[in-house]
Amino acid sequence: MRKEYLKLEKVEGPLIVLSNIEDVAYDEMANIKLDNGELRKGKVIKIDGSNVVVQVFEGTAGISTHNVSVKFTGEPLTLPLSKEILGRTFNGIGEPMDGAYQIISQDKYNVNGRPINPVARKYPRDFIQTGVSAIDALMTLIRGQKLPIFSGNGIAHNELAVQIVKQAKIEGATNDNFAVVFGAMGVRHDDASYFMRSFEAAGVLDHVVMYLNLADDPITERISTPRCALTAAEYLAFEHDMHVLVILTDMTSYSEALREISSTRGEVPSRKGYPGYLYSDLSTIYERAGMIKGKEGSITLIPILTMPNDDITHPIPDLTGFITEGQIVLNRELNQKGIYPPIAILPSLSRLMKDGIGADYTRDDHADLANQIFSSYSKVQDVRSLAQIIGEDDLGDIDKLFLKFGRAFEEKFVAQSNFENRSIAETLDLGWKILSILPKSELDRLKPEMIEKYYKGKKE
Amino acid sequence: MKKLNEYFGIVELINGPVVKGSNMASFKVNEMVTVGERELIGEVVSLEGDVATVQVYEETEGLRAGEKITSTGNPLSLNLGPGMLGNMFDGIQRPLKKIQEISEIFIPEGIGLLSIDEDMEWETCITAKEEDFLMPGEVYATVQETLSIVHKIMVPPGVKGKIIEIKPNGKYKLRDTVAVLETQSGEKINLTLMQRWPVRRPRPISKRIPIYKPLVTGQRVIDTFFPLAKGGTVGLPGGFGTGKTVTQHQLAKWSDADIIVYIGCGERGNEMTNVLEEFPALIDPRTNRPLMERTILIANTSNMPVAAREASIYTGITMAEYFRDMGYDVAIMADSTSRWAEALREISGRLEEMPAEEGFPAYLPSRLAQFYERAGCVETLNGEEASVTIIGAVSPPGGDFSEPVTENTKRFVSAFLALDKKLAYARHYPAINYLTSYSAYVTMLEEWYRENVAPDMMELRGKMIRLLQEEEKLNEIVQLVGEDVLPNDQALVLEIARTIKKAFLQQNALHKEDTYVTLKKQYKMLIVINALYENALKCVKIGIPISTIRKEEVFEEVIKMKYDVPNDQVELLDALSEKIVTDYEQLRLKYQ
Repeated sequence: MRKEYLKLEKVEGPLIVLSNIEDVAYDEMANIKLDNGELRKGKVIKIDGSNVVVQVFEGTAGISTHNVSVKFTGEPLTLPLSKEILGRTFNGIGEPMDGAYQIISQDKYNVNGRPINPVARKYPRDFIQTGVSAIDALMTLIRGQKLPIFSGNGIAHNELAVQIVKQAKIEGATNDNFAVVFGAMGVRHDDASYFMRSFEAAGVLDHVVMYLNLADDPITERISTPRCALTAAEYLAFEHDMHVLVILTDMTSYSEALREISSTRGEVPSRKGYPGYLYSDLSTIYERAGMIKGKEGSITLIPILTMPNDDITHPIPDLTGFITEGQIVLNRELNQKGIYPPIAILPSLSRLMKDGIGADYTRDDHADLANQIFSSYSKVQDVRSLAQIIGEDDLGDIDKLFLKFGRAFEEKFVAQSNFENRSIAETLDLGWKILSILPKSELDRLKPEMIEKYYKGKKE
Repeated sequence: MKKLNEYFGIVELINGPVVKGSNMASFKVNEMVTVGERELIGEVVSLEGDVATVQVYEETEGLRAGEKITSTGNPLSLNLGPGMLGNMFDGIQRPLKKIQEISEIFIPEGIGLLSIDEDMEWETCITAKEEDFLMPGEVYATVQETLSIVHKIMVPPGVKGKIIEIKPNGKYKLRDTVAVLETQSGEKINLTLMQRWPVRRPRPISKRIPIYKPLVTGQRVIDTFFPLAKGGTVGLPGGFGTGKTVTQHQLAKWSDADIIVYIGCGERGNEMTNVLEEFPALIDPRTNRPLMERTILIANTSNMPVAAREASIYTGITMAEYFRDMGYDVAIMADSTSRWAEALREISGRLEEMPAEEGFPAYLPSRLAQFYERAGCVETLNGEEASVTIIGAVSPPGGDFSEPVTENTKRFVSAFLALDKKLAYARHYPAINYLTSYSAYVTMLEEWYRENVAPDMMELRGKMIRLLQEEEKLNEIVQLVGEDVLPNDQALVLEIARTIKKAFLQQNALHKEDTYVTLKKQYKMLIVINALYENALKCVKIGIPISTIRKEEVFEEVIKMKYDVPNDQVELLDALSEKIVTDYEQLRLKYQ
C-alpha cells in the first residue's frame, strides 16, 4: 500500500512542494485528490533530499496546503495504447475527451520516449506529393521528414495544414495503414473545431487521433500534449507499420508554457526569458519523427508555429529551424495580397529534398528547375527594390521581364485554391511555363539539354 | 542513517541531468561514477564538503533519492586501440551498433559502459624485438585496421623500458598482452593492443611546429580564397539553412587528411544516418578506398542526454590526438560547437552557477580556448610530423554573429568562414561570404602554393578578391540608379564579379565533376577568368559596348567550365583561355 501525503509545504503557480517524502522517483506521476473529490495528476520534477516538487497538470486552483491527499504511482506518465485510438479524441495527458470509453491495453508506453538510435534509422527518401505546387517543387516533403510551418497570427497556416493532410499521397500508404495524429497546444476552440470539421469533410476522421489542449486548458498539460501525440504516432508507425502524419500546433504556445513553468521554478532564463534547455526540449519532440530500418511505418511531422511579431530570429522559430529538416515560411505580405498559400519561397527549404527528387522519384529536371526558380526569384527581389527607387519604366528590358516573371510566379505558381490538387508533373510543367518568360540566357542553373527539352519560351 | 561503505555516495537531489550526492568526500573531481540501481553513467563535476555534484550522461527518469552512487576510481577515459575506424559512437564512446543489439530502435538508459569491441581478433604485426628499449609513443606493433589505414600500437605516454618478453606476429585481441616492458625501476608493464586516456587531458607531444601546409579540401572558395591549414583551427558560423552541415560533410568527404573524426554534437539524427549510408559508398580519391575506412563518427543527436553532448567534443578530440600520435594528419569536424556551449549553459544553470553573457557560464571562453588549442601541427613523441585540424561549426541564434559563442570562437580560430543567409536564399552554395570571411593562413601558406601549385596563384586570388570588393561598392550605386548608367569599364567589373561568383565560387556538391576540384583545376579556372577580364577590358577600352562583349559565346563557356572540364582534363581550360584571346581579338578587329 502506497503512502498518502496530506500536507503540502508550498503551492506556487502550477507547482506544489511536499516534504518528508520517502521513496519517490524522478519524473514519477502522482495522483492528487482534493477534499471535494476532484482528481488531478502531477509529475515529480525535482527531488531535493526528502523535499519533492510536483507539477500539477490541471493547475493548482482550489488547492490549499492541507485540503489534498497526494499519492505517488511509482511510474512515469504512460499511455495505454491499442489500435482503438484511431478516431478518438484525448486531452493532453491522454484521457478520453469525447465521452467514450477508456482505452484499455496491456501495452503501456512512456510518453517521454527515448532517442532513436541513429544506427537504427532509415534515411528518408520517398517523395510525398502534397498537391501544393510551391511545396512539391521547391521544398519537397519527404516521408519521415520533420518540416515545420513558420507562420504568423492570422495567416492561413491551418488551411494549408488541412490541405496537406487531405491531399498528401504517401508512398506505400493505403486506406488501411494511413493515420493522422493531431496534437493541439493552446489553440483556440474555433481552430480545433475547424480541423475537426475539415477532417470529417475529407472523410479521414476514422484515421485521426487527436490530443487537444486548448487555449484555456491548463498549461502543464500543454507540455505533455505533443509527447502523448508522438507516443501514439510511434506506436502506430513502429508497432503497426502505419504511415503517420503528425500535425502539432501551435509550438509557440507550447514553448511559452515551458517558459512559464521554468520561471515559476526560478530557473536561470536564457534568451527572451526562455529556459536554457528550450533547444534540448524541442528536440525531444521533433526528433521523434523518422523511419526505422526493417519497419514499414513512418512518422512525418508537420509542426506549426506562429512567429511572434513575424520575427524569424525569435528563439522559437530559430531553435526549431536548427532541429527540423527545413521549414515552410508563410509571409504576411503575400497573405495580404490574397495569395494562398502565402509561402515565402526564399527562406523556405527542405533539407531532405535533394535525396528524394529526380528521375527515380519525381522527374529528371526537378532539382535544376527548383534551383533556377530560387535563383531567378531572388533576382526579382533585387529588381523590385531597384524599381522602387528609379521607377519601373526606367528599368532595363531584362529587368522588366524579371518583374513579369515575379508576378506570374506568385499569382500562378505559388497561388492555388485550397481544393486544387496539382500532380508533380503539372507543377513542374507550370514552373517551366513561367520560367519561359525569361530569355534562355538568364537560365544559368539549367543544363542546355534540359532547356532544350522543356523550355517553352521563344527561340532566340 | 545506515552505515555506509566509503565508496558509496547517496543520491540527495535530482534535477534533470544534475544529481547531488552526500557521503562522497572520497570521490575526486572528474571521476566517473555510476548512479543508482540502473547504474547510469555520470561524472563528478564539483565537491563541497562531502556533497558531490554529478552530471549524468543518461536519462534520470525513475531515479530515487537514497539510491547509491558508486565510484569507478577513474576519470572519464577512452579505450584507444583498433576498432574505431568506420564506427559510430555516442558521446562517451559507446558503439551505437552494439547498443542496437541490446535495444532495437531506441537508446535505453542503464546499459552500462561499452566501448570498442574487445572480442575481435586483429592480425598483428609485431615490430619491436626483445631487448629493445622503448620510449613513450614508440611503435611496437601494427594492425592493418582498414585497407587504407595502418593502426600503429604505441607505448602509452609516460611509460618507457626494455622489452623482456614479446609475442610473435599473429592474431590478438585488444586486451591480449603482446609485450612485457621492464622499466628502470624494475616494474613490469604489460603492453596490449590498447591504451586508456582521460578525455579532458590533452595527449602529450614532443613539440609544436609552425604551420606550413594547407588542408586541401577540393572546395574552390576555401582552397583558393580562404585556405585552411593542417594543424589549423577554423570557425564555420551560419544561421539555420545556410549549409553548415553540407559544408562540413563536403570537408569530411574531400579534405586530404588521413583520418576524419566527425562529431555530430546536438544535431539531427537523420544527418548521422545519412553519413552512415553515404560514406561507405564514396571513394576517397587518394586511396581509392571507401571514405568510411578513414572516418570515425560520434553522434550525440539533439534529443540524446545533454551531459553526454558536453563530453562528446572531448571524446572526439582525444581520438583525433591518438591517431595524430601515430603520425597521421587528422581533421576533426564538430557540428555544432554552439550545441556544446548550450549544453555547458544548461548544466551550469542546473548547478545554479552565476551566469555571464546571455546565460552562458563565465568559463565559456576558457573552455573554447582549451578545445581549439588542442589543434596544431606537431612533432609527436615518436618524432613524426603530424597534425590535428579543428573545424568547428557555430550556430548563432538568429544568424547574429555578435552572440557570445561566435564572438569567442572568433578569438581562438585563425580561419573564419562566415555562412551567409542572403547567399543561401539565392541558392549560392557554398554560402560562404567572400567579403567577411578570412583566413590568417594565407601568408603562412603562400610559399607552399608558390611551390606546389603556381607562382602567381596568390596574386590571382588577390585580384579576384579586389574585383569582388569593387563590385560590392558599385552595387550600392546600382541600387540607387540602375545598372545602365554605369560606364563600360565599371559595368565590366560587375559582369566579371558575377562570373567569378557563378563560375568559381558557387560549387555544386551534388555534381559529379564539381563536388571535388583539384588545386590545379582551380588555378587554371582562375587563369581563364583573368583572361576573360583582361581581354574584355581591351575591348571596353576601344569602345565596344558591354552588351556585345557579354554576348560572346565564351562567356557562357566560362560559366559552364566547372561542369564541362573534368579534373583530369584541365588542358581543356588552356584551350578555353586561348579561345577567349582569339574570340575577343576578332571582335576588336571587327570594330576597328
